[in-house]
Parts: sequence; C-alpha cells; structure tokens
Amino acid sequence: MIHFVLLVSRQGKVRLTKWYSPYAQKERSKVIRELSGVILNRGPKLCNFVEWRGYKVVYKRYASLYFCMCIDQEDNELEVLEIIHHYVEILDRYFGSVCELDLIFNFHKAYYILDELLIAGELQESSKKTVARIISAQDQLVEAAKEEASSISNIIAQATK
Amino acid sequence: MNPFSSGTRLSDMIRAIRASKTAAEERAVVRKECAAIRASINENDQDYRHRDLAKLMFIHMLGYPTHFGQMECLKLIASPGFPEKRIGYLGLMLLLDERQEVLMLVTNSLKQDMNHTNQYIVGLALCALGNICSAEMARDLAPEVERLLQFRDPNIRKKAALCAIRIIRKVPDLSENFINPGAALLKEKHHGVLITGVHLCTEICSVSSEALEYFRKKCTEGLVRTLRDIANSPYSPEYDVAGITDPFLHIRLLKLLRVLGQGDAEASDCMNDILAQVASKTESNKNAGNAILYECVQTIMSIEENGGLRVLAINILGKFLSNRDNNIRYVALNMLMRALTVDSQAVQRHRATILECVKDSDASIQKRALELIYLLVNENNVKPLAKDLIEYLEVSDEDFKGDLTAKICSIVEKFAPEKIWYIDQMLKVLSEAGTYVKEDVWHALIVVITNAPDLHGYAVRALYRALHTSSEQETLVRVAIWCIGEYADLLVNNAGMLEVEDPITVTESDAVDIVEIAIKHHTSDVTTKAMALIALLKISSRFPSCSERVNSIIGQNKGSFVLELQQRSLEFSSVIQKHQNIRSSLVERMPVLDEATFSGRRAGSLPASVSTSGKSSLGIPNGVAKAAAAPLVDLLDLSSDDTPAPTSSSNNFLQDLLGVDLTQPSAQPGTMQPSQAGADILLDLLSIGTPAPVQNGSTNGDLLSMQDNNTPLASLDTISSTSPTAPSSMMDLLDGFGPTPPKIEDKGPAYPSIVAFESSSLKIEFNLAKQPETPQTTDIEAKFTNLTPNVYTDFLFQAAVPKFLQLHLDPASSNSLPANGSIKQTMRVTNSQQGKKPIVMRMRVGYKINGKDVLEEGQINNFPRGL
Repeated sequence: MIHFVLLVSRQGKVRLTKWYSPYAQKERSKVIRELSGVILNRGPKLCNFVEWRGYKVVYKRYASLYFCMCIDQEDNELEVLEIIHHYVEILDRYFGSVCELDLIFNFHKAYYILDELLIAGELQESSKKTVARIISAQDQLVEAAKEEASSISNIIAQATK
Repeated sequence: MNPFSSGTRLSDMIRAIRASKTAAEERAVVRKECAAIRASINENDQDYRHRDLAKLMFIHMLGYPTHFGQMECLKLIASPGFPEKRIGYLGLMLLLDERQEVLMLVTNSLKQDMNHTNQYIVGLALCALGNICSAEMARDLAPEVERLLQFRDPNIRKKAALCAIRIIRKVPDLSENFINPGAALLKEKHHGVLITGVHLCTEICSVSSEALEYFRKKCTEGLVRTLRDIANSPYSPEYDVAGITDPFLHIRLLKLLRVLGQGDAEASDCMNDILAQVASKTESNKNAGNAILYECVQTIMSIEENGGLRVLAINILGKFLSNRDNNIRYVALNMLMRALTVDSQAVQRHRATILECVKDSDASIQKRALELIYLLVNENNVKPLAKDLIEYLEVSDEDFKGDLTAKICSIVEKFAPEKIWYIDQMLKVLSEAGTYVKEDVWHALIVVITNAPDLHGYAVRALYRALHTSSEQETLVRVAIWCIGEYADLLVNNAGMLEVEDPITVTESDAVDIVEIAIKHHTSDVTTKAMALIALLKISSRFPSCSERVNSIIGQNKGSFVLELQQRSLEFSSVIQKHQNIRSSLVERMPVLDEATFSGRRAGSLPASVSTSGKSSLGIPNGVAKAAAAPLVDLLDLSSDDTPAPTSSSNNFLQDLLGVDLTQPSAQPGTMQPSQAGADILLDLLSIGTPAPVQNGSTNGDLLSMQDNNTPLASLDTISSTSPTAPSSMMDLLDGFGPTPPKIEDKGPAYPSIVAFESSSLKIEFNLAKQPETPQTTDIEAKFTNLTPNVYTDFLFQAAVPKFLQLHLDPASSNSLPANGSIKQTMRVTNSQQGKKPIVMRMRVGYKINGKDVLEEGQINNFPRGL
C-alpha cells in the first residue's frame, strides 16, 4: 500500500502531498523535512529506493521535481516506479508537456488527477486515456456550472439596470 | 461589504507568495491572506467559499495552520453544485485526517452523495471515503459501497472496490460482505475494475481464511486464464507500457495467485505453466518487464515446491544481481533475502557478488547487502568474509561504519573458530572503528581474554602495539589499559610468547608511559580515565620501582572536577603511600570472569530479585543481580563473589572501596536517587559498597586525622560541599582500620527506639531489642504510622542490607494503614561483623492512596553503634 505521495522541488519546496495513512499535522511536516533531506542529497546514479522508518520510499526525479511514494517493505518497488511514471505521463498529457509552474498554479488539478489514479493508497486505473476522459468530463461539468452562473448574473445585472 | 473579501484571486496569491524574497515576507503574505479568509468565513460569503478553500489548501501545503477552514469543507460538500463539492471533497482529504472528530459530521453528506444521480458526484464521495474513512464511517457506509460494486458505470465499480479495501483494513469483520461481490469483479473485462477487484480479493484473503479457501476453489483457474490472456494479448495502445500490456494488472494477478498458491499444492500446480511462461517470456530490458519478473519470482518462491520453477527464479535473480541498474540489483538483494529460507545453497553461490554490493557507493544497496551477508555467514566461510568486511571497514563511509562494525562484531563473536582469531579480529575492528563498538561488545572481549590464560600475554602485547598506532579509538584504549593493568608483568617479561608473535621489548616505564598517555589524552572520557587510574594502581604493585612515578600521575587527578576521579585519585595515592603491606593483595589479578554470567546478563536474563523476604535479598550476590547497564562496574569490582574470600576486615573495606559504582559518579551513600528504578536502589547499597555511614561522633575524629595526613584542604572543601558525609566516610575507610575502636557492648539490652524514616505522610519507628544468648542478632519491631487522613492500601515495606548482614522479615500486621493509624512488622538482623560494622539498611515503602501508587525510599543509618 502507498502510505503517502510527496512532490518536492529540488529546492525542497513541497508541491503536493497526499496522505493515505493517518499522519498528524506535526508528523507530516517532520516526515517531509526528513525525507526531502535524505532524497535531495542522493546522487543521480544511485537506486531510486530509500529505506526509512521500516518503510521504503520510492522516488524519481523528473526535471526539477522529485516524485516520492512511501510503501511497505513487501511491496513491489519497481511497480511503484511505473506508477509514478504513469502519473507523470497523465499529467504531461493533461497540461501538454507539464512543468513545475503548471503544478504550482494548478495544484488542485494535480490532486484531481491523482485522485483518479489512486484511492486508499492503491492503483485505480491503468489506462491513461480513461483517466484523461474522466477528468475532462468533470472539468466540463465545472465549466458548465460557471457559464450558467455568469449568465444568471448577467441576466440579473441586465434586469437591475 | 467586507474590506477584505474583495480578496485576491488564487493565482495572484500564489504569485505574491512566490515573489516573497524572505521567509518573513512570505509569512506576512500568508498572514494577510488568512485574515481575509477568516473574515470571509465569518461573513459566510458563499461566492468566494471555494476560492478561499483553494487558497487554504495552498497555504496548508506550505505548512501553515489551517484548521479554521475545516468547517468550510463541510459546507462546500453540503452545497448542491458539482464544482463546490469537488473542491470541498479535495479540501476534506487534504486538511483533515481520519482522527479528527469533525469528520463524523460528513458521514451523512457522503451517504447522500453516494446516492446522487450524477455519477461524478458519486465518484467524488467514494474517493473521499476511500482515502480518509475511519472505522466508524466504514461500518456506517459499508452497505452503500457494497451496492455500488454493482453500479452500471465501471468507473464507479472500481472506486467502490478500493473503498471496500479501505473498509476491510479498518474493520476486518466486514470482509465477508464483500466476498461475493469481489468474486464477481474477477470476471470483469474492464482493466480498472479487474485491477481493483483482484486487489480487493487479495485483501479479503489476508483477513479471512474461509474467503481464501473459497477463492482458491472458485477462482484460481479463472485467474490463471485471465493472466494467460493478458500475457498473450496483442499490442493494445491503451494499456501498453514498454511493449507489455498492462504490467499493473500482471502484477496484481501474480500477487493474488501467490496468496492462493501458498500452502496448497493443487492450486500451485494449476498455475505452474503460466508462471513458467511469464518468467521466461517477459522482456527484461525495461523496468516494467522487470517489475513483472520480480513479482513472478516472489510468487514462485512462495507457492508450493516445483524444482524446475525454482531454478528458473533463482536464475532470474542471478541475472538481476549482475545487472548494471542499481534498482534491479537492489530488488535482487531484497529477493535473495527472502529466498534464503527456501534455498540457502543457491543464495550462497552469489556470495561474492553480494559482498561486492556491500562496497557499493549506494547506501541503500550497501545496507541490503550487508544484511544479506550477515545471514549468509556460517562456520565455514566466516574467516574470508570477516577478513573482507574488516578490510572494507577501513575505506567505508562514516555513516555506514556503525552498521558495519556492529555486524562484523556480531559475526566474529558468533562464529569464531578459535579464541586467538576472535581476539585478532576484534583488535582490528577496535583499532579501525573503535568509536563505533558498543559497550557490551568490548566487555565481551575482556571476558574472553580473561578466560584464555594462555593468550593473556599475547593479547596484552597485541593491544600494546595497537595502542601505539590508533590511540584515538576510545574503546581500544579502554580494553588495552584494562589488560595492561591486569597483565603488565606479562607485557614486560614477554611471558607466554606464541610462535606467530614478533618479540617486542617493553620496559616497566614504557607500560606506565602508555597508560599515562591514555589518562592525559584529550579524548579520554571519565570512564577511560577511571580505568586508567586502576591500571596505574595495579602497575604500581607489579613494578614497585615505578611506584613513585605512578603516585605522581595519580596525584594529578586529586584536583579533578569529576568527583569520581578525584576520589579514586585520593584513595589510590593513599593506598600507594601508606598501605604497602596490603597493596599487593588488594590489587591481585582479577579472577576469571564468568562467561555464562556475563552472557546471561548481556541478554538481560538475570532479573534483579527483590522481595520482602529476607532470604532473597540475602541471596543477591554483590553486583551479579545488577541491571545489565552497568557491567563495567562488575568488571572492575573486586568484591565480586568469585574473589577468594577476604580474611581481614580491612581488606573488605578497601575492596568495597574499589567497587565504587562508576556509572553514577555522583551517587553518594545516603543520597536519595528517586529517578532510579526501584530494584536498583535496593541493590545499590550492596554494590556501591559503601561501608556503614559514619556517625556524627566519629566524623570529627576523621576530619582531624585527615588534616594530619596533609591532605590538601582545598579538595576537602570541594568534597564536603558536594556531600557532607562523603569525605568523612571515605577517610574513615582509609585511616580508620588500624585503630578502629571496636566498642563492643556485648550486653546492651536497652536500646532507645529510633525514628528510621519520616516524611510528610509516613513515619517509621524501630524498637530494638537483643536476646542475650545471640548477641549478633537484633530484633527490630517496626511501627509504621500514617500521618495523613487518607487510608493507605497495598502497603508494602521492603528492605535490603549489605552482605555482612542477614535480614529476616516477618509479614506485617496488616497491609492497609488506616487514617492516622499504624501497623507493625517485625524483622531480625544478624550482624556477622558485629562490633566492627554498624547496621545499615536501605528501605523502600510502596502503597496506594485512592488507587494511586506512592513510593518512598530512604537509607536508615542511625542505628546505634555496636548492634
């Protein structure tokens, strides 16, 4: 099971955190500090796994961002690497060659996509296309609601003129 | 309108935060935004609620407190529109966790949304439930999830399956509700549903053996077929990863097959073919393929024996191990560790490669490999492996040395074929990484050395040599000076020379030199210095010609700020100067340390025995029942029970003196140590070895005699300011033996009663009496008086006495003390040194007031003299 997902920039700034096991607020910041200290300091050629507090953290660097997932000892580390890559590819398709800035200003979108990929720390969908479809369907629902709201406010504005 | 709520947009806020140059600036921006959001929350401003929450989430990610936004999430979830719900659920998952009570309020909204007509809203509710549900919510909402497992849209079914996993993890009892729907999911075609369904079944199997049996019977064949289909399926762009169709599904299926095949030959047989196919046909040049192979090897190793498959799996691991990719090597090491229980012979074949991995530059791989090597060591290969590891110790990373040293020591100790080899290896480790060697390890080394009489000379000479080259390794220094103290004569006269040794010439003053260097070295700590002092004392007796010099070195510590060193220094120089006649018997060579006792104590298997019954407190041998934490004390403690029984009483005094507890240098007789474990307190009396505390009357005399000895007054002041009784008792020991006036009062039937202990809540009085025919025995009637208006229940009085006393405790008249009332208990003390030593006792009282435990402790030393 994936206990948490962490996106940290090379400067150690947190870009996304998702907790599937209960961690209190204080623990969360401690975990983030501890792990980014370990992971950011590892050399480029080393393996992508770090043993930490009886768990394993699988991480992979994409440009300036480190994607980290914490898993149990007996989980398949290589598969988790694939899951990370899977997520990155979906992000890439959604944003169109994604960069760190996309994830900063549209952090909620990154969360929505993650929620279509993982629930309860387990993989939900192996098809990138399906995820993209569900996300765009939901985005359209939001757009429609927005248009409706603005058209109503237009009508109200005109009526009150 | 609120002046704040005009607010900034989310992206503006992010930009402002990113533009902050300092942390203070960032805090200011966040503070301003938080103020605006709070204001808007107070206004109950609906238009900006979702924007505020989005901002809060960003602020939360930066690590600022955002608890005030929790209720906003609930409000948004309760609103009807999809956009509001979407952001509301996201906030719920981010800002709250399952342990917060607020979460209970959301159960109802979740239930409604799970019945919503819009399937995306159902999806949001399921996602939130799956990520943060608590046990209580799991019970409330399990029926909804069960229903949604049959929902028409597959995207809802897969979410419901993952929710079911979470529910089972929280409440395993609910698993039986999901067995049938879970089995139904295994027949699905949609990959998402299949992946989650397979996982759900794996999870159910892990909590219920009945379900496991059910799935094994009904589903094994179907799963094998599914795996075959997917492994043989032609290229499908939607699920393709590096030329393999849906590796995720592969892995999930292999996992479930592993669970089903474990411990069942029939099911294992059923999956043999497909496992062989996956293991042999899967491409291993990409990560996805390797992930499948890795999972497949695990499955082959776990299911019932099939020779051919095992060979295939071990070969895959061998290939993994020689792969250039670090990730692959890491998982190979991981897997070999698990394979060790199945086929250790096959793993042994890769020993050389694994040993190479210990020297890898990657810490994760090093750690794995070291653990694996540790498990691979046996009597046959210990010599080359230990040699290799010790050689590597010289060049390894500082961070890794601790682990490596501990493992090497453990290997060497466990599998050493002969003692000389063990001593050699330990010496190498000590000189290379002495600072990383744990206490019990070097204690064990000393124990082994004392137990090998023919190697005493060899060991001390080797240590002497090593000390010259690596004098900065603390533990090496300790072991070396201990041995030099004990075997200095063997060092100088080259006794017991082995053939392999190079002869060395060490003069008597060389031996003193090396200890002097150790005591003066800036890195030496109190323990090392204290050990060095004892070593010097011993050398002074072995080589009388060095006595003067030793005395001057010891004397340099008379002004030490560390009480322990100061005390030793004063005592030892007094021994050297004034008590030549007893010195040699005093510092005789240590008796052979008992290996069994030491290893037992190391394992903590000797519990400290304390009880009210006099017998068991008598039975505590001095120091042996001490907690494992202080083995050092015992190493130094001359008064251990193995020592030939001392004959003269003065010897006895001094032996006690040398046994001063090192681990608590500040512990003075009579000082209370409330923080210590109770058992230790009672025993301390025995092992601190302080003789009877000195009565007021004699203190004066002692002070006078001390001045006669020209002891510097300055140091006297230091000591007396620390503990007023210490100097007098100490001096009494040293100067008092000759003329100790034994005022033996054979027939003194009338003794005044004494107040043994008094606190604000409890008073203990002792009535003393003696039978004329047994002058050594004193009958004591203890009276415990409750000084408070509360009733004390479970009242228990415990006492301990030094070795020369025998204590017999009768049961108390009652185990509860009424308010302001009292109870009585009698005891009998037999003093084998009657007239020479007064009675002294340490006591502990435990009782309960209104169910609350109270513990009081103290030392009773105001017994009349001559009892």
